[in-house]
Amino acid sequence: MAKVLIIGEHDGHNLNPATAKTVQGASGLHIDDVDVVLFGSDLDAVAAQAAAVAGVQRVLTVTHDDFAHPLAARIAPEIAAMAGDYSHILTGSTTLGKDLLPRAAALIGVNQVSDIMEVLDARTFKRPIYAGNAIVTVQVPEGAPVVGTIRTASFAAAGEGGSAEIVAAEARAEDPGHTRFVRVEGGGGDGPDLASADIVISGGRALGSSDNFAVIHSLAKKMGAAVGASRAAVDAGYVPNELQVGQTGKIIAPDLYFAIGISGAIQHLTGIKDAGTIVAINKDAEAPIFEIADFGLVGDLFEIVPELEKAL
Amino acid sequence: MKILVTIKRVVDYNVRVRVKPDGSGVETEGVKMSINPFDEIALEEALRIKERGEAEEVIVTSIGGNEVQQQLRTGLAMGADRAIQVETDQPVQPLTAARILLKLVEKEQPGIVFLGKQAIDDDCNQTGQMLAALWGRPQATFASKVELADGKATVTREVDAGLEVNEVDLPAVMTSDLRLNEPRFVKLPDIMKAKRKPLETLALADLGAEPAADLVATAYEPPPKRGGGKLVASVAELIGELKNKGLL
Ligand SMILES: Cc1cc2nc3c(=O)[nH]c(=O)nc-3n(C[C@H](O)[C@H](O)[C@H](O)COP(=O)(O)OP(=O)(O)OC[C@H]3O[C@@H](n4cnc5c(N)ncnc54)[C@H](O)[C@@H]3O)c2cc1C
Ligand SMILES: Cc1cc2nc3c(=O)[nH]c(=O)nc-3n(C[C@H](O)[C@H](O)[C@H](O)COP(=O)(O)OP(=O)(O)OC[C@H]3O[C@@H](n4cnc5c(N)ncnc54)[C@H](O)[C@@H]3O)c2cc1C
Repeated sequence: MAKVLIIGEHDGHNLNPATAKTVQGASGLHIDDVDVVLFGSDLDAVAAQAAAVAGVQRVLTVTHDDFAHPLAARIAPEIAAMAGDYSHILTGSTTLGKDLLPRAAALIGVNQVSDIMEVLDARTFKRPIYAGNAIVTVQVPEGAPVVGTIRTASFAAAGEGGSAEIVAAEARAEDPGHTRFVRVEGGGGDGPDLASADIVISGGRALGSSDNFAVIHSLAKKMGAAVGASRAAVDAGYVPNELQVGQTGKIIAPDLYFAIGISGAIQHLTGIKDAGTIVAINKDAEAPIFEIADFGLVGDLFEIVPELEKAL
Repeated sequence: MKILVTIKRVVDYNVRVRVKPDGSGVETEGVKMSINPFDEIALEEALRIKERGEAEEVIVTSIGGNEVQQQLRTGLAMGADRAIQVETDQPVQPLTAARILLKLVEKEQPGIVFLGKQAIDDDCNQTGQMLAALWGRPQATFASKVELADGKATVTREVDAGLEVNEVDLPAVMTSDLRLNEPRFVKLPDIMKAKRKPLETLALADLGAEPAADLVATAYEPPPKRGGGKLVASVAELIGELKNKGLL
């Protein structure tokens, strides 16, 4: 029984790009039978989007008020209840995927393969360890489904043009009642989404204040880019946490990445290894960021960035 | 209430890890080892909860060989009351770790089990969620703020969209994110005091946790190198290069 289950992610209106990337990652398994399951309270719009992703055979919609906000404790037992029908259970390595899938894997009784960056065969995968300083090839033992998260930065999104069947499914588990969603704050910036933007402009500690960060926002706006940041900039409160790029923030793969006033610590570089072209602007010619940048410009960012914006 | 904090011994975050030339693993010989930074943050949070009078005891635990006693002693020096080493000379993968921790949880009955959100060596980000599943209790992962009241915790979590607030009933599993707190520095007298605090060693076999089928690592390799770049002398030259590549 070779059959893939992908847990789709959405905000009630739009399918998260991580889902189409997961479908693309799963294509390396060479298994044609691919289901996407969606949990939500109103799934019509996102189900249609998921059905259009090329390579998806079936979209299963599990509609229930409990799923208005995804909670791992509520959804993991649903996935475990479905697991018997599948050889592979995958989702994107978003914060939701990281929260949810290990809980399901434990209920199924298997170890999870985290952050799959390459599919070698149906049970063999490459994944990064030590902040990306090493890549390990892991084999999943026979006898149980493969449960894994797909490192979204390693795969392009699967194309559109699919016409999957949409099938309503019943919730099989109960609300354990011990975990409640209260609210979500932040997000809603007007620029493109950091995780999927073509161009990302990140600022570091060198910006010095949230007011000074305006030079980064302004350049990003001019270029239609998303704004990112180093941990130091987030810790200092210049920008909110969801903009952090790196080992413990977002792992991204834009076509063009600007690291501005960022030294290039290994934990930051982990987040941008798959970027197409990296540009570094730093006043210290010895900064490690220049070792991996495709183009480096040594100088004061507060002179260079406005000049760049004007010249574009 | 007791708080159980897990501590993993990992290669220090400042070390640039290298893959062995024969691809059999990564070089860890003679490399500086430390408490996983996320676990240090988890411990700091547990200590602050105790110092606020909301918990009575903080227990640190680590699964591993006798070398992990070093990190447990550091945890005791930070302020934990006692330590438990679960002794094994085999590395344990997340599901097995979670099954072992569940046995400790049954024994100690903590109100909170605090783990790091990920270990910086294997970067799995699984163990806490797995423990919560096996225990049938809530998980508040990637926590950046924890408030306790009336047998419940209100936890702010760092998620892709921003900050998500969840309310969970205790007992519960929590995993720490980087901005939860800044861990304290250990002072010399505390290190001396820690030597007298209890450190119990349990044989893995005595706990009766069933090991899970492990993933098998078949090869290690260094990551692909990015081609070295070049320095440009001016903004105009930079724009020219980016235009050449079709990026502007
Ligand atoms: C467990 C762990 C996880 C971590 N995860 C992450 C992560 O996910 N993401 C992350 O980014 N970091 C992470 N870090 C932190 C990381 O180690 C670095 O501390 C951080 O990336 C440094 O940020 P920075 O480059 O902005 O600051 P700094 O290292 O202070 O660099 C600032 C740079 O700005 C330059 N500069 C100063 N003034 C100017 C100017 N006027 N013009 C131009 N250049 C200037 C300086 O030369 C310097 O190179 C993590 C650390 C740990 C321990
Ligand atoms: C295929 C494969 C092969 C491996 N081979 C080896 C090997 O040859 N040699 C080797 O040394 N390791 C090896 N490991 C690593 C070892 O098995 C890891 O410790 C395990 O995978 C747990 O992953 P993690 O620590 O990244 O878990 P995470 O889920 O990222 O850890 C989260 C948190 O769980 C807690 N935690 C995890 N483990 C422990 C522990 N032991 N004690 C206390 N708390 C803990 C910590 O609080 C940690 O912050 C291998 C791992 C894999 C996947």
